[in-house]
Amino acid sequence: MSTANGSPVVKVGLSSCGVAAGGRGVYDALAAKLEDSKVSLMQTGCIGMCYKEPLVEVLMPGNERYLYGDVTPEKAERIIEEHLFKGQPVKDWLLMVEGNGSDIASPLEGQRRIVLRHCGIIDPESIDDYISVGGYGAIKKALGSMTQEQVIDEVIESGLRGRGGAGFSTGMKWRFAREAKGSPKYIICNADEGDPGAFMDRSVLESDPHSVLEGMLVAAYAIGADEGYIYCRAEYPLAVRRLKLAISLAQERGFLGESILGSDFSFDLKIREGAGAFVCGEETALMMSIEGKRGMPRSRPPFPAQSGLWGKPTSINNVETFANVSWIISNGAKEYNSLGTEKSKGTKVFALAGKVARGGLVEVPMGMTINDIVFKVGGGTSSDLAFKAVQMGGPSGGCVPASLADTQVDYDSLSSIGAIMGSGGMLVMDESTCMVDLAKFFLNFTQDESCGKCVPCRVGTKRMLEILERITDGKGHDDDIEKLEGLADSIKRASLCGLGQTAPNPALTTIKYFREEYEAHIKDKTCPAKKCPALITYEVLADVCTGCTKCTKFCPTGAIAGEKKQPHVIDDAKCVRCGLCMDVCKFNSINVF
Amino acid sequence: MVTDTKTREAPSFAVIDAIVHKHNAEPGSVIPILQEIQDEYGYVPVVAIDRIAKITGITNGEVYGTATFYNMFRLEPLGENLVKVCHGTACHLAGAERIAEAIALEVGAKEGETSADGKFTIEQVACLGCCSSAPALMINEEIYGRLTSESVRKVLKKCACGNGDGA
Ligand SMILES: Cc1cc2nc3c(=O)[nH]c(=O)nc-3n(C[C@H](O)[C@H](O)[C@H](O)COP(=O)(O)O)c2cc1C
Ligand code: FES
Repeated sequence: MSTANGSPVVKVGLSSCGVAAGGRGVYDALAAKLEDSKVSLMQTGCIGMCYKEPLVEVLMPGNERYLYGDVTPEKAERIIEEHLFKGQPVKDWLLMVEGNGSDIASPLEGQRRIVLRHCGIIDPESIDDYISVGGYGAIKKALGSMTQEQVIDEVIESGLRGRGGAGFSTGMKWRFAREAKGSPKYIICNADEGDPGAFMDRSVLESDPHSVLEGMLVAAYAIGADEGYIYCRAEYPLAVRRLKLAISLAQERGFLGESILGSDFSFDLKIREGAGAFVCGEETALMMSIEGKRGMPRSRPPFPAQSGLWGKPTSINNVETFANVSWIISNGAKEYNSLGTEKSKGTKVFALAGKVARGGLVEVPMGMTINDIVFKVGGGTSSDLAFKAVQMGGPSGGCVPASLADTQVDYDSLSSIGAIMGSGGMLVMDESTCMVDLAKFFLNFTQDESCGKCVPCRVGTKRMLEILERITDGKGHDDDIEKLEGLADSIKRASLCGLGQTAPNPALTTIKYFREEYEAHIKDKTCPAKKCPALITYEVLADVCTGCTKCTKFCPTGAIAGEKKQPHVIDDAKCVRCGLCMDVCKFNSINVF
Repeated sequence: MVTDTKTREAPSFAVIDAIVHKHNAEPGSVIPILQEIQDEYGYVPVVAIDRIAKITGITNGEVYGTATFYNMFRLEPLGENLVKVCHGTACHLAGAERIAEAIALEVGAKEGETSADGKFTIEQVACLGCCSSAPALMINEEIYGRLTSESVRKVLKKCACGNGDGA
């Protein structure tokens, strides 16, 4: 992965986002062009700058790094011709230059990369690459010079809190599992990543799978487990493939299996693919699912540390948590807890998506403000509309309005305003987002995903959804807001697991911070963001329409009529407000009011 | 790269039994067994449910309950290409519903349906993990992002006559 033989290296980001943007075509074009040259070509994972995929990095001797974005196969050929064969970087397409005193501001500025330290840098399918950057050093150190207690103490001292949502001390969790009676003991990695809008776990698994395996090894050593499971969602086929490969490579090299590194510690790992149920991200449901049953949560205690998988002591942690662990053991707790706030140490990875200019993965020290993440790191909104809010923590989380975006991201500050850290999904919204529609979206999700075991969650979320549906249909009742609040309160108090206990949050926070939008829907029968189909009307702006007829070909109900080169007209009775016409019109002649 | 393992053959006891025994006929392995059977046939045939129950010794109802609990399992045969349209938060905000409309217009099948020519089965999923490339969808195992109502029709056209890379 370095320029070992003195010749340049070209890297192409080929995790899901790179592939989705056409990265394979770029890779093939580069491979053809570089066939007889000394330049080596390799794949890497995701550096996090998804908004500029496909990404190509040119690494020159002397550790000069040049990163190109939005690369097409044609552009790739020109980069090779000009930069690699003639020594002239193609300035217009450069995103980042490092190592030669360049004046291009780095788009990674403001970030501190611990979890993402290798992402986009090493080849995730090569164990040698991982070893060459110090990989498997943490487990060597732990086995060679630390007792199990010392490992646990180190993780407690680091202040690391679980990154899967609840934020419980990782070291303490390990201590409970270590002290629990019973054997065997299990380690589970929660890679279910259920928040529909979060993708850091996928990206880490696709870009640096060994760091997660190594974190699991350390945990297994600490609690005395000899078997582990990775529970990965089935929607992530590339992550599953790379994990399987990583496991078999680690087994070949003796990092997994019997008597690891000559010690008396043995550990092996299996992958279980999830089968598409959000509730299975909840730890007790997840274990039911590994046991082959329907994934229904049970009440705790007993906690998994006492009675987990098959009733045995089990420690379950999130992907990002494990990726932190291997760094902490290698670099020391002090280095880690020097970052962050008093009660939230280290860094957090956020998946920036929605209406943000630089969407992708970012990793920042805990305690940065939401504003800084959205504007300094994320580049502000992607539209010319104003920043309205962020949704943090997905369906369990809350909505933070722009007026509170100077809040620091740490566990306590976020919960004080009704939001949560969650797993790190951060969805940026601009003025075009309807907050009632957003609440309806999440309630639709949670009521659909409710496992049905307890009544408050099963029936309560359905009732809330019905109310939100009638509000967005323009049929809301005057007391609907109060009804929603009442239902929310009982669901939160009476539900069995975290799914139900947190399901009302998106509705509650949008009511709290955007009440006037609810009132507009209920009282004025209008949708201020012009999103809710029942409350809007589509029209063709006659003076802008060129009569190109394109929209007529896309209208699913044949609601648009008009002669060629003549302004078209929408038949309101036939229009289903799908917005396809607006999407395809090149002249912006479709208006919504 | 496309893992097109879906055979058109009728379910056979020999194949099903082999999969169940590969997992040592363990009741705890019902989910991976169902996954492998679905990989083989593109869906979980009813005869497979009976067979799994018989060999592993758990009840039909339990196997059926597991198969229907998880969104991923299909009890109906699948078209040649499986299109998973993302309706996660980012894709919802980016107009996932318009993408679904455009797909219906192109192939004549709504979410949950298979097109009349058997080429496409359209499904709805919660998130593909490519939220910064929203709206996104997955065809077989390939993800396509930053779609528009127009580009999605092109992707499907291309797919109907062979598979390509990237949108
Ligand atoms: C409904 C629900 C869904 C959850 N989904 C996930 C998930 O997708 N990934 C995850 O790591 N934790 C998820 N959790 C949290 C887990 O129950 C558990 O707290 C976590 O895996 C512990 O790991 P950590 O201590 O490293 O955070 C979910 C919790 C609930 C209540
Ligand atoms: S919301 Fe569609 S990929 Fe995540």
